[in-house]
Amino acid sequence: MSKKTKGNNSDPNVEVDPISGTETTGHDWDGLKELDTPAPRWWLTVWMITIVFAIGYWVVYPAWPSISGHTRGLFGWTQYTKLKAEQKEITDRQGAYLARFHSESFDQVRADPAVYEFARAGGAVVFKENCAACHGSGGEGRKGYPNLNDDDWLFGGKVDTIYHTIQVGSRSTDPDTHTTQMPKFGAILKRDEIQDVATYVLQLSHGTPANPGASWVRGQALFATNCVSCHGEGGVGNRDLGAPRLNDAIWLYGGRRADVVETITNARAGVMPTWKHRLSDDNQRMVALYVHSLGGGE
Amino acid sequence: MLESHKKLERNSILLLIFAVVAVSIGGIVEIVPLFRMQTTIEPVKGIRPLTPLELAGEDIYIREGCNVCHSQQIRPLRDEVQRYGHYSLAAESMYDHPFVWGSERTGPDLARVGGKYSNAWHVEHLTNPRSVVPESIMPNYDFLAKTYLQTWDLGDRMKVLRFEGVPYTKDDIANAQQDAALQTLPDEDASGLQARYGAKVVPQAFGGIPGTPTEMDALIAYLQQLGTQVDFTTYDPDFELHAAAAVEPKTVIK
Repeated sequence: MSKKTKGNNSDPNVEVDPISGTETTGHDWDGLKELDTPAPRWWLTVWMITIVFAIGYWVVYPAWPSISGHTRGLFGWTQYTKLKAEQKEITDRQGAYLARFHSESFDQVRADPAVYEFARAGGAVVFKENCAACHGSGGEGRKGYPNLNDDDWLFGGKVDTIYHTIQVGSRSTDPDTHTTQMPKFGAILKRDEIQDVATYVLQLSHGTPANPGASWVRGQALFATNCVSCHGEGGVGNRDLGAPRLNDAIWLYGGRRADVVETITNARAGVMPTWKHRLSDDNQRMVALYVHSLGGGE
Repeated sequence: MLESHKKLERNSILLLIFAVVAVSIGGIVEIVPLFRMQTTIEPVKGIRPLTPLELAGEDIYIREGCNVCHSQQIRPLRDEVQRYGHYSLAAESMYDHPFVWGSERTGPDLARVGGKYSNAWHVEHLTNPRSVVPESIMPNYDFLAKTYLQTWDLGDRMKVLRFEGVPYTKDDIANAQQDAALQTLPDEDASGLQARYGAKVVPQAFGGIPGTPTEMDALIAYLQQLGTQVDFTTYDPDFELHAAAAVEPKTVIK
């Protein structure tokens, strides 16, 4: 800023500091004067450049509001087209597998190692984000949320059946959802009768006792009249209804006497949401294959 | 240029005039677009005001500071859309006063959490998050299940929102307290509630005693509708281009 500072200022009111050669502001505090140092040239240049850049930005990108929306920019950039491009990049990369996965049936996928591995990897990701909160990160389940690693299935363990259950859920908002509902036997049976049924049910996985107690005998009769229609003779369960198998040692709501009594008295009604509209069909099929592969698949 | 600027600095009238010009340009650029906010709201179908129970839930969501750790905005980025679902639309928060977009994700985004988990799961999770998500650092909100919901002033809260532009009707406001209870009664006749808020509002047991909603019931009712209202078949990303005349969404007070 040498031009501005030294010697060439014709305004007689402007005082120039003789030592630095810079103008003063003309303010005087008890003999102390303030230098009016101008902004550095580099700073000024950068500032000008940002203004020019902003004008360029307005032209290239969507910027100014108008009566019917806003300016669109030279290339019609939007964050939505950018998103589509990014998604396409990934689907293109998956293309070879995805096309095969798309056209193949579950059986064909399972016979096609590369596509099967691809589907299982995708299914694992979907499972972690969507299913793990209830079924556990390894599909191990918890009280009220079925273990998916074992071969005890409420509605069946074929890939198709798992896929169907993922689609419609259980007691969900989907019109085709599994709706099986056990009656609350607290309103049907007496308290001691419920205890007898519990005795019988808890014994189921251990076979017929050598010396059946009176409670077991009464329970057997009550089971035959009240429970067999859904849970089957000997508690084998009924997958068409979603009635759990009772003659194994796997208990969805706990296998202590108190748990079983509670189940008989008030029934249970676990809810699984429908995933039909939340996940893409590919993702539903992938996660079905993944769950099927966890150990219990049929 | 700096020399001529000196003229401005030393003439108060000139300085005043130019200052007014500069401030006006700034003001126009910042304020005028606000009057055209309506044109940025996508004309999608399905968005409705919250039911009284859900509204009470939103108030609890704000009171407990859920928005401090959970955002409610899915950005149009590939990984977010992959994880959470369709990116959020402006229309989805047009009835929020205040909006609860949040700015931090200590916990996951909740913009589309509705319908993702069962009511029973939400009860367990709010009571003790670690019972279902072992690595969670979310605090326990078990006390919400022990506190009955204050419903007597729901109508007043809706009146305020109506003043702010949420299209609650007089009928909605008059029935607020009753509707809040009705939404927790699965076996009662809900035709009135559904006539007011749509058939997708299904009364159900949220975990508490039916008919006397707790704060947890209200919060779960609120969470279960998040992100579920939009009918995406009616969404057009280029709506501004395609139907300049038909973009005004219906926010007129009935």
